[in-house]
Amino acid sequence: MPYPPELKELIKVVEQTRSERVGRKEHDIEVPFMSLEERGQILKYHPDYNEDGKRALRVGPNKGYRIAHEFADVLEAASRVDPDKIDLTKPAYETDLLVIGAGGAGTSAALIASERGAKVLMTTKLRHGDANTMMAEGGIQAATQHHKDSPYYHYLDVMGGGHFTNTPELVETLVTKAPSAIKWLEELGTNFSKDTDGTLMTIHGGGTSRKRMHSAADITGAEIMRTLRDEARNRPGTITVLEFRPAVELVLDAEGRCAGAVLYNLETEEYFLVKAKAVVIATGGSGRLHIQKFMTTNHYGATADGIVMAYRAGVEVCFLHTVQYHPTGVIFPEQAEGILITEKFRGAGAHILNVKGEQFVNEREPRDVEASALIREVHRGLGVPTPTGKFGIWLDSPMIDQMVGPGTVEKEFPGKFILYKRFGIDISKEPMLIYPTLHYQNGGLKIDKTTKTSLPGLYVAGEAAGGIHGENRLMGNSLLDIVVFGRIAGEHAAAYAKALGETKAPLQLDHVRRYNKEVLETKAGEGRIAPMLLPDYTLAQVKDRQLTSHYHGTLR
Amino acid sequence: MNESTLKTPMIKMIPIFIMGQKYEVPAELTIMKAMEYAGYKFIRGCGCRGGICGACSTVYRKPGDYKIHTGLACQTVIEPEMYLTQLPFYPALKATYDVSTMQGIATEIFEAYPELFRCVACNACTKVCPMDVKVMDYIAYLKRGDIEAAARASFDCIQCGLCASRCMGELPQYHIAQMARRLWGAKLTPRAQHLAEMVLKIEQGLFGELIAKLETTDTAELKKLYNAREMEPAMSRNEWKPSKDNVGLR
Repeated sequence: MPYPPELKELIKVVEQTRSERVGRKEHDIEVPFMSLEERGQILKYHPDYNEDGKRALRVGPNKGYRIAHEFADVLEAASRVDPDKIDLTKPAYETDLLVIGAGGAGTSAALIASERGAKVLMTTKLRHGDANTMMAEGGIQAATQHHKDSPYYHYLDVMGGGHFTNTPELVETLVTKAPSAIKWLEELGTNFSKDTDGTLMTIHGGGTSRKRMHSAADITGAEIMRTLRDEARNRPGTITVLEFRPAVELVLDAEGRCAGAVLYNLETEEYFLVKAKAVVIATGGSGRLHIQKFMTTNHYGATADGIVMAYRAGVEVCFLHTVQYHPTGVIFPEQAEGILITEKFRGAGAHILNVKGEQFVNEREPRDVEASALIREVHRGLGVPTPTGKFGIWLDSPMIDQMVGPGTVEKEFPGKFILYKRFGIDISKEPMLIYPTLHYQNGGLKIDKTTKTSLPGLYVAGEAAGGIHGENRLMGNSLLDIVVFGRIAGEHAAAYAKALGETKAPLQLDHVRRYNKEVLETKAGEGRIAPMLLPDYTLAQVKDRQLTSHYHGTLR
Repeated sequence: MNESTLKTPMIKMIPIFIMGQKYEVPAELTIMKAMEYAGYKFIRGCGCRGGICGACSTVYRKPGDYKIHTGLACQTVIEPEMYLTQLPFYPALKATYDVSTMQGIATEIFEAYPELFRCVACNACTKVCPMDVKVMDYIAYLKRGDIEAAARASFDCIQCGLCASRCMGELPQYHIAQMARRLWGAKLTPRAQHLAEMVLKIEQGLFGELIAKLETTDTAELKKLYNAREMEPAMSRNEWKPSKDNVGLR
């Protein structure tokens, strides 16, 4: 949908203030950054601070921990399968390493493990590469410019962004392994944006003290994902990939080690067993749980499956009480609702504006602070009304062309330029209407710096893990996280599998029986089953007429 | 089926044909949301829902129009009377190769994909591309050995496979382009010197003590260090250096 006449009128207000604002920008005159105290004040507008949106968990290792109802709903739920119906003596596959999830973290783990001599089976719910990695746009952080930056500054930025709650050893690992992760990607042939002499182009992101955001135009995640995927496909001898086969339960052995998983074929509806010496969970995030009913930037399959499975097997979660809302998601046109507008627009100079065409927050505050400021502006009655009765905020992309030269927006942001063009909006001439959108699971399963969990043989990497970003992640640190910790998981899980060797310990699903019983006895489950696998967008009226269909959780 | 009793007077409904069958759906939905509205539940044909993963390529025609139209179901707004089908999978063979041992020359691509020369320049691939990639052009660049041009021209490819489905020469274009981009990135662009230097500095342990100290610093002190960071100005050039805050540099 092109902008209707009412919005075109409001765009004129933005245009009126533009030349003056461009003048300020060119002289580096910005809205001052907030002090830590001011951040504390504005964060009261953040959805994480809405206590009505949360409840205390009644089952599992984190009993009593308050997290969003939508998370609690999938954790306080029974298994999809009756453990008695699974024949644990007949695995359909046997492998050294089972990787659950084939996004950036899973594929990185598979590649490194295969280099360490492990036979890898990687299984995924949808297609290889169908993951939030593919959708990450803005970039990947790493301190690579040693004349002005180092892991020291990166460390401080990460900690400050996470409100100093992050797990120090995970941050240390993230920032010191960052440059070698970029170098690995460069050697694999990732098309990073570079100067002609090979210097990596870098820009700022929210909360960075030095420009250290590397990118591949505005499709950095897609470029990284398709490169990693191509490399995995070049190694059919050591890496086998199963698609449309999500894992639904972990399998343990009689000695309490993680020893495989039960997979479900979404198309043939069969369940079958994989026996493995070690398991990596790289199942990603949970935007499709629509925490507090927010729209989301996330992939169709982002339903926290890995967290559900590991929690049942006794692995603790951490930092799940915080969820990241990306400050800039599309709110108009409706068809693109929730879609991410990369922070890189702000890094490149685009202003955030209220309905009066005025700036009200520095464009590079950490994401939770930025999102809270936008939400408060709407609370103050200074939001931009959409035709469907919602309120948004302007992101003034045309000023980038005005400052850097005509054609810059189209060249630097080809993905978004095409997206809006389809709706009849030229973002090099008209601003974008945005609002915070559910973006990232800050927390997850508890790991140490080798990605090991409390369950022997189980490793976790990527968005499914917690602690690296504390209570809030900075832009460009999730692509970094998946590559750094994906590689570490591959290395350590492969070494563990090799050291373990062949075992005769019988497989079992007793932990699932115990958990089912706990859910039943505490009445916490209320008939729910998990993992969710796919969200349900079927209309109630349609369901009412599907007389012979049944829904297994949200899956038809 | 959406029976007429469901229609709310506020929403304008239009007919579309999903694989030949008629459904009345709200006029402003995307194809993906229209199919969900009609009662479809996706397993295939739905991925990122944001126009970048290539899972939901869709082929459609319109009444009175002989042309084949294509789009991504998650991005394309429905039109009255359009009739459509999704093409979530199309077989295409991918060559396997080891980039680390390659030189980045065109013959390596020719050897992996000899069918490249079966292209008859019909341009059906470019016409069908939902991302407006000039597919036939990048195949032509490769035929004359220009890997860089092919890498640049194919950069926006989302590997949905529609090009391969229409190809008269039976090429797997998007796999060929992937190989070109990897050779371009790994072999034909200069490596980042500053990156290699930083990796070396870290391996030499130049930051070990600095970071170890940060890890044990209490929060109050860490906050002081955080507040005292010298911020690189937004519009600075890459050469910028901090004027006072050098404590973390090596």
